[in-house]
Amino acid sequence: MTGATQRSTPSQAFATVVRRDLLLAMRRRAEVLTTLFFFVIVVSLFPLGIGPEMDTLRLIAPGVVWVAALLASMLALQRLFALDYADGTLESLLLAPQPLGLLVAAKVLAHWLVSGLPLVIIAPLLGLQFDLPGEALAILVVSLLLGTPTLSLIGGIGAALTLGLRGGGVLVSLLVLPLYIPVLIFGAGAVEAGSSGLGAGAHLSLLGAFFALAAFFAPWATAVALRISVE
Amino acid sequence: MRLFHFAAPNTFYPLAGKLAPWFFGLAAVLCVIGLYIGFFVAPTDFQQSEAYRIIFIHVPSAWMAMFLYVVMAFWAGIGLAFNTRLSSMMATAIAPTGALMAFLALWTGALWGKPMWGTWWVWDARLTSTLILLFLYIGFMSLQAAIDDPRRADKAGAVIALVGVINVPIIYFSVKWWNTLHQGASVSLTKSPSMAATMLTGMLIMALAFWMYSIGAVLVRVRAVILERERRADWVRQAVRG
Repeated sequence: MTGATQRSTPSQAFATVVRRDLLLAMRRRAEVLTTLFFFVIVVSLFPLGIGPEMDTLRLIAPGVVWVAALLASMLALQRLFALDYADGTLESLLLAPQPLGLLVAAKVLAHWLVSGLPLVIIAPLLGLQFDLPGEALAILVVSLLLGTPTLSLIGGIGAALTLGLRGGGVLVSLLVLPLYIPVLIFGAGAVEAGSSGLGAGAHLSLLGAFFALAAFFAPWATAVALRISVE
Repeated sequence: MRLFHFAAPNTFYPLAGKLAPWFFGLAAVLCVIGLYIGFFVAPTDFQQSEAYRIIFIHVPSAWMAMFLYVVMAFWAGIGLAFNTRLSSMMATAIAPTGALMAFLALWTGALWGKPMWGTWWVWDARLTSTLILLFLYIGFMSLQAAIDDPRRADKAGAVIALVGVINVPIIYFSVKWWNTLHQGASVSLTKSPSMAATMLTGMLIMALAFWMYSIGAVLVRVRAVILERERRADWVRQAVRG
């Protein structure tokens, strides 16, 4: 290379953005833990509100865990672009020669690793509080593993659209929660179908289909939304 | 180029003003005919007796709620792709009517559900997805309301409308996907309809009436949107002065 700096390939750019966002998240560990504790607290509130009968709790456990995961991942959305928007990094990303959709996908992946994956890991523990049997716990984890990335991907669109708006936090929930509903239905449904002997395969396949669809379209839509919000 | 003559707000404004009364008139006439058929001509259902007659409001409003969302997303998409101001204004004008239709469908559904299923609300696929549709309309409207710059509001609204349009086929296929209480679709293109011909006629006429009403209401609202957005233009000053 003579003089000119070498342009990084798309995969290098992807890895760089992921590494940067993970590094930033590790420097602010408290924020990561906030999402996780929010999830744990919301799930723990339900037995207090509904009563300690184990039979009831076992029935509602998948729904409760899933709704809490939805809320937690929605709360975490605020951090996806807001800091980069505030310090101008986002504009550099928009100007970068690599496709914006790819960089957005990298940011969403990093975001899921710090806000979604911890929920998946702690979910079996919360399931035990609700006396879920082992098989149901396994299905719960798999469904969350397939579903929460979809939540982060869809949420990215809402986060990008509400960037820098008054009351963006409430607005993003209005925009994003209705779109989360299919994931919720099939995520919680997978555990119930598994426990009732129907088999969770169909539900998990649909969750996988949602993920594939969202992974393809959402980064692109998020990129369009970011350009609209920043211009 | 005649076709695009009316694509500018200043030429569309008077056209919409002329057309709107016609659509309202058509809606009123069709509504009278449809309701007459619905209440006096259509036979009493052997299973559901008289209570089924709410179908003449319920089904058309549910259809319009779904259809208007697609139309709204279409205009919003055109506005996003070709940067045409009027298309985005159309999308903004359609949203409240669509939300009204979704609300009507839910309300009449509740009134119908009470005598049929013994409960106001059932967490059934189609009820739930109509509720989601109402949420999508509300999300679209509140996003546009939160953004001060109209151009950004148009584009951001277009993105969320196009994302939400994925939901409309889910509503449509939900009957097949989720196996629940709601009766299957009453009208289908492949099988002969499971209802008396007069009932179907009344329902289709009511659907047309709702359609005409929606067009009229959207035209009136888009005029208001045009006036608000173009309030600094000369032609608005002249038009308002009369």
